[in-house]
Amino acid sequence: MDEIDKQIINTLQDGFPICDAPYQQAAAQLGLTEQELIARLKALLDNGTLTRFGPLYNAEKMGGALTLAAVKAPKERFDAIAEIINSFPEVAHNYARSHELNMWFVIATETPEQIQQTINAIERQTGLTVYNMPKNKEYFVNLKLEA
Amino acid sequence: MLDETDRKIIQATQAGLPLTSRPYQTIAEQLGLTADDVMMRLTAMQNSGIIRRIGAVPNHYKLGYRFNGMTVWNVPDAAIDELGQKVGQLEFVSHCYHRPRHLPEWPYNMFAMVHGKSQQDVDKQIQQISDLLGGYNQGCDVLYSTKILKKTGFRTTARMQEVEQRREQLPKGNRPVTD
Repeated sequence: MDEIDKQIINTLQDGFPICDAPYQQAAAQLGLTEQELIARLKALLDNGTLTRFGPLYNAEKMGGALTLAAVKAPKERFDAIAEIINSFPEVAHNYARSHELNMWFVIATETPEQIQQTINAIERQTGLTVYNMPKNKEYFVNLKLEA
Repeated sequence: MLDETDRKIIQATQAGLPLTSRPYQTIAEQLGLTADDVMMRLTAMQNSGIIRRIGAVPNHYKLGYRFNGMTVWNVPDAAIDELGQKVGQLEFVSHCYHRPRHLPEWPYNMFAMVHGKSQQDVDKQIQQISDLLGGYNQGCDVLYSTKILKKTGFRTTARMQEVEQRREQLPKGNRPVTD
C-alpha cells in the first residue's frame, strides 16, 4: 500500500458519486485516471485491504430484525457452545470476547418474532441464558478508518 | 418502502459495484433496467438511509487497527441520549448504541466501539470517553474480541437468502458487509 492507495482509502470511504462515470469523477479528484483508480481498487480488493467497494446497506432498514446477544460459555464447553450457536443461520457474526460474558453474537432474522424464537432455541440447545441486548437507540455509525 | 426492483438492485450490488467505467449502466444491463432508473433508485435509498454510504470498506486489521474494543458504560438513562451523541462524535468511535442493562450482572447501557493501532491508543481513547462522561460515568468495562467465531453476511429476507448463497461462491475478500 503506497501513498496513493492510502489517499484512495481515506477519500473514498463515503460519497462515491452516483453518475454515469463515477470512477472517472472520483479519479479526477485524486489526480488519477479512471483506469488507474479501477486497477488500484481491484488490487486493494484482491489483497484484502478492502473487504468490498460499493453500497453499504443498513440491514434493519431493509426490513429485517437484528439484535446483539451474549452468553457465558463455560471454558470446558466453549467450542461445543460456539458450534451450536454458529449452526443457526440466523447468527451472522459471533465473537469470543474477554469477559465473563465471553461469546457475543448478532442475530438477524426476517421478523422481530423470529429473534425471540432463535434466542429460545439457543437457550434450549445450550442450556445457557442468552442476554439479549437489542439496540434501543443508535447514536452514530461511522466506519471510516484512516489508512 | 422497497419494491421488487429496489431489491434486485440491492442483490446485484451487495457484493460490490462493478469495476467498470460505467458501473450503474453495467448493473442496469444485468437487470434489464436503464442506468437512470438504477441511479435514481440508489439515490433514493441513500436519502432514506437504506444505503449508509457508498465507497470503500477497509479491513480494519489490514490498516493496522488490531486493537478493537467494545467499551461499555453505565450512564444515567436520563442523560444517555445527550451523552451518546457526544461519544458518537469522537473520531475513533465507529459505533455508539444505547442497549438494555441486565441487572445485577450487566449494568452497562451504552456501547461504543473503539479502534486503535496499539493498546496505548485504545487506553487513551477510553480515557477520553471517560473524561467526556465525567460524573455521569458510573462504571465501565472494555471487551476485546479474542477470536472471530463466525462472520457471514446477514439474511434479512427470504429473497436475501438467494443472495447469500451466491455470496458463498465469492472469494472471501469480496464478501459483502452490512451492519
